[in-house]
Amino acid sequence: MDHTDDPQAKAFYAPQGKGGLAAWIFSTDHKRIGLLYLGLILTMFATATVLGLIIKLKLMTPGSTLLTAQQYNAMFTLHGVIMIFLVVIPSVPASFGNIFLPLHIGANDVSFPRLNNFSWWLYVIGAVLAVVSIFTGNGAPDTGWTFYVPFSERTTTNVSVAVIAVFILGFSSILTGLNFITTVHRLRAPGMTWRKLPLFVWSLYATGWIQVLATPILGITALLIFAERVLLLGLFDPGKGGDPLLYQHLFWIYSHPAVYIMILPAMGVISEIIPVFSRKPIFGYNMIAFSSLAIAFAGSLVWAHHMFTSGMSDTAVLVFSFLTFVVAIPSAIKVFNWLSTMYQGSISLDPPLLFSLGFIFMFSIGGLTGLVLGSAGTDIHVHDTYFVVAHFHYVIFGGTGLGMFAAMHYWAPKVFGRMYDHGRAAWSFWLILIGMNVLYFPMFIMGMQGLPRRYYDYLPQYAPMQMVSTWGSWFLAAGLILMFYNLYQGCRFGPQATKNPWGGATLEWTLPSPLPHEAFHHDPEAPEPYDYKGVNPDG
Amino acid sequence: MAELSASAPVAHKDYHASKMGMWLFLFTEILLFGGLFLLYATYRAKFPQAFHEGGKTLDVFLGGLNTVVLITSSLTVALSITALRRGAVVFCQTLLAFTVACAGAFMVNKVIEWSAKFHHGLIPGSEHMGQLPQGQSIFYGLYFAMTGLHGIHVVIGASVLLWVMLLIKQGKVTGQDYVVLENAGLYWHIVDLVWIYLFPLFYLIS
Repeated sequence: MDHTDDPQAKAFYAPQGKGGLAAWIFSTDHKRIGLLYLGLILTMFATATVLGLIIKLKLMTPGSTLLTAQQYNAMFTLHGVIMIFLVVIPSVPASFGNIFLPLHIGANDVSFPRLNNFSWWLYVIGAVLAVVSIFTGNGAPDTGWTFYVPFSERTTTNVSVAVIAVFILGFSSILTGLNFITTVHRLRAPGMTWRKLPLFVWSLYATGWIQVLATPILGITALLIFAERVLLLGLFDPGKGGDPLLYQHLFWIYSHPAVYIMILPAMGVISEIIPVFSRKPIFGYNMIAFSSLAIAFAGSLVWAHHMFTSGMSDTAVLVFSFLTFVVAIPSAIKVFNWLSTMYQGSISLDPPLLFSLGFIFMFSIGGLTGLVLGSAGTDIHVHDTYFVVAHFHYVIFGGTGLGMFAAMHYWAPKVFGRMYDHGRAAWSFWLILIGMNVLYFPMFIMGMQGLPRRYYDYLPQYAPMQMVSTWGSWFLAAGLILMFYNLYQGCRFGPQATKNPWGGATLEWTLPSPLPHEAFHHDPEAPEPYDYKGVNPDG
Repeated sequence: MAELSASAPVAHKDYHASKMGMWLFLFTEILLFGGLFLLYATYRAKFPQAFHEGGKTLDVFLGGLNTVVLITSSLTVALSITALRRGAVVFCQTLLAFTVACAGAFMVNKVIEWSAKFHHGLIPGSEHMGQLPQGQSIFYGLYFAMTGLHGIHVVIGASVLLWVMLLIKQGKVTGQDYVVLENAGLYWHIVDLVWIYLFPLFYLIS
């Protein structure tokens, strides 16, 4: 049965017919588009990570070192804009979602392949504009990624270009969501009922609805900032009767649901990985699927918890505080179900599971501290302090980031047909986990002690903690470098991966590794996605 | 949008998927305008008198004319779909050409209207607008923002219809495979629908 020819030659990324760059950038193949996204997202991730490291280096000691105040403002703005709009929002759905959503439902592509390519191009244009905004005009934007008025209307830095970039990136995100929703409705293989969908698909489906329903509000908000700057309409200018609070409402009507765009797909990845490495069916399939939709729904009703100190009415504060607690329930349902899945399972601590456990650990800390922020009384004290920064990075980097890394370790052998080194992967995981905690945990404490975020300088009393936090950033960087080196090395030169190295029961594991050009020649039979009877890791 | 309706690959045409994708896209359009309607609602409640005064200065005749023009064009685009399905290709093209002409007439009216406003010193960002009483500058700010964004949509919609006319001429959109035209028609209806709300909110509230 030995194939004399190289399996890599049949991979979807191997040149077929007309090769070259055009076969990639104009490709309508969901797998190629997924890889295109992955490449750009990781490039942007590296860029914004370097910015973050520089910020931490500046903050290592008090006083004005390394950066001027203006440069510092630009740095944290760009770190935020790039990480949020170019990395975290597209992260899992645009890369792994594109590759595996169709395969999970037994389809050979998404419903609108050309639209898929178009949305990648919009992403490229948005990324280019974001970079252009750094180097042209009167300097890089310095408003923070939230573009709050009135400052964003008055600053002379290049905010106008940046908000147009955000508008275009939002458009790209909408088209991806629209494509996924339609694909799930229309392209499921015969017998692939809604209750047989892998939970990754459920999470992308819920994400798709948030993308479609929330992102247009970001679009109009970005356009309004642009209009306010260029046409001076004064809609948010108190001098002309406008109301700056309305800007905050519009901004968060999108940007709060957006954090669920960021986290839900990663939760889907975790729901795939945990049962495979516990050799047990997922506990509470229905509840996990339902909680994705519940998060999508409830998450769109909590935006004003970002505005407790803004001066809006006490009634609004109470209502939004209550709703914020409600949205914690579906998130907790997921965590408990994952833990119940592992209970009495036959656990193998392979790298994908390690990163998933890291997700649960970090997300639990991030989620519970979110309740401190969501309850109006405590929020008054920690609002706009480092506590918020810590909470956010625990949830988004510790959550979505580790979820993304887990997905990379889980699916790399399937996509590239080669296996990375497990020992090095485990080392990189521990470095990353320790680095993250050393980096971000002191921020909780500094926040409780009252250190405001985004300040250029700080009082000497915070110096020891800032020093520790900066050390953490170096551990983290070392872990990231090791992880990416290991994955690159593995995907290029690693040993040939088998068809189903982890023993997964979803459809992609019935396909050859690396993935071929055309996945299914006939409609596949829909499996029970979490039934491992008779399914074993091969090789 | 142009990409959207053409996206079903040749090997796999899925009429329902195309329609579904288009409807989802139309939701996003409604929500895009929704942000502006939200601002309108808030400021109208805050400055009822100023909105009353502002509304009086708008030209109800031109606005009403534009409403008639757009509703008529919505009818013709709907008729064009039926015409194509019945195989009356030339009639379909005529109806589409008429629709695009209506879009042109709408934009000409718009230019006349806006020029009149500019003539009275109501130019966004101008000193005169800045000196208006508080609510009134907001009223005109919203007027320019909302009718401006709508105007952009009229231009996009007309361009899409022209593109579909080309596709029909090339035989790529036919009586059997007409979903592109249908989706373009849906887009044109949403453009019309937004205007039907804008017209009373700005012109008829005084």
